[in-house]
Amino acid sequence: MQALRKQDLLLLGLAVVFYAIVQGLLMADIIGPFWELNIVLVGINIILAASLNLINGFTGQFSIGHAGFMAVGAYVGAVMTVKFSLPFIVALAGGAVAAGILGFLIGLPTLRLSGDYLAIATLGLGEIIRITILNIPYVGGASGFMGIPRLADFTWVFFLTIFTLFFIKNLIRSSHGRACISIRENEIAAETMGIDTTRYKVLAFTIGASFAGLAGTLFSHYFYIAHPASFTFMRSFDILTMVVLGGLGSMTGAVTGAVLLTFISAALASYPEWRMVIYSISLIILMLYRPQGLLGDKEISLSIIKRLTGGDSRAEN
Amino acid sequence: MLKTNKLSIMFGGLRAVSNLNLDIKKGQLVGLIGPNGAGKTTAFNLLTGVYQPTEGEVMFDGKNTRGLKPFQVTQLGMARTFQNIRLFANLTVLDNVKIAYHFHVKYSVAEAVFRLGRYFSEEAEIEEKAIELLKIFGLEGKKDELAKNLPYGEQRRLEIARALATKPKLLLLDEPAAGMNPQETHDLMNLIRWIRDKFDLTILLIEHDMGLVMGVCEHIYVLEYGSLIAEGTPEEIKQNPRVIEAYLGEEVS
Repeated sequence: MQALRKQDLLLLGLAVVFYAIVQGLLMADIIGPFWELNIVLVGINIILAASLNLINGFTGQFSIGHAGFMAVGAYVGAVMTVKFSLPFIVALAGGAVAAGILGFLIGLPTLRLSGDYLAIATLGLGEIIRITILNIPYVGGASGFMGIPRLADFTWVFFLTIFTLFFIKNLIRSSHGRACISIRENEIAAETMGIDTTRYKVLAFTIGASFAGLAGTLFSHYFYIAHPASFTFMRSFDILTMVVLGGLGSMTGAVTGAVLLTFISAALASYPEWRMVIYSISLIILMLYRPQGLLGDKEISLSIIKRLTGGDSRAEN
Repeated sequence: MLKTNKLSIMFGGLRAVSNLNLDIKKGQLVGLIGPNGAGKTTAFNLLTGVYQPTEGEVMFDGKNTRGLKPFQVTQLGMARTFQNIRLFANLTVLDNVKIAYHFHVKYSVAEAVFRLGRYFSEEAEIEEKAIELLKIFGLEGKKDELAKNLPYGEQRRLEIARALATKPKLLLLDEPAAGMNPQETHDLMNLIRWIRDKFDLTILLIEHDMGLVMGVCEHIYVLEYGSLIAEGTPEEIKQNPRVIEAYLGEEVS
């Protein structure tokens, strides 16, 4: 247990060092605005991928409506800062809570479904959320919610990303997390072991949705605008692709997937006509040669890195 | 401990279990036997809440289990294993057992996420208890292996260990000796007797291996076509003409 705490502190320390380096480079203008935008996007995508991974990868419930919850967060947060002039941190919490409540309400009936049926239901729900927003003039309707102040910056995104990752990691490595994983592994056996499977499915769905809401609020407060077109099912698929690419059920996998896809997308921005071709081909190749994703359900951890570099791996774990 | 009253279930027009009356007393080791398709596993599913009975009721430890979901029945103190092993195949042996401790865990989701309060002490306790249980079943050395990589016999033992981790009063074993060789079956017999005494359990088991059933069970119920055709001690069952007929006189030796 002491080792666990030590490992967490070490990871946190590394994160701060990483933050200091990137922030320094940003302030010295070595990283230009284009890459700054992409770094922020990576953070937002990591939050989205990690939270979807909790639902799809760890609890095994195939949801593809994540963009809907992100939209709820984006709009609720924007309404709070623009219309009510509330502080940004309150808007972040509001966006997350609103998306979480919606996730809970939607999760209760839909999580009775399984597999393909759940996927179709969540896909439909994501679209319903988008169309509903499209028809509310109060938040700008089809032309989008404009004039949102840029309150989010690299610092906000970075530390909320770290918070999200620690939150989900700690949840997964607890008895409650094991209950979620047992549902993925064998729902009947989980039920027989005294686990209230409905409760844990809804719990995972609610937590996943609220982090998507958090990411949405960050998104709308970085890009000045919340537009329904940003939250179509294509966005849901993007997030799903990151999770599957990195490996369902792997925290570090979701991070890898989010970083890789965001940067591939950015690097290909200069060749728009080839972008989707290369993107698709790389996914097809991955699915042919590594269907379980880059990391499968394994994690990159300090102990593995130590093992690879020849250190003593037994101290950690 | 467990009492059923005219327990029946219909699947369409088929009466898979019909008017089943069981009366199992605390500390007993009871067998449920019958030819293939007699409704033994269906009876288990009725007892554990997987199916809701069409008629009749199950009284467990003085409580009527009607309307309870399987996880609630387990929380009352009834644990089971499956005929076709249902382990958490891609998790480690240790995690399989830890999951079964779940509903005894008191720390909340918030305490887990922020690593506060009871989290560390309870996790340490779960780990210790799980390892203790694995030791009993001789699986301690394999605690970090994935459950699916264990040999068949050890998977069966792990399933029993996992069921015991829920701290049951009544343990239901669905064909625990299926696929085991005679030596393994013999060891299993001793193990079943031993855990009954050690954990102060009541055990109900379904089995095809007559040697095992006659060897360990104190009381036997015989099902055929969903109905009870006989009950009694192993000696009485061996002599019973209805049972001999049901088994074509071959299996009972």
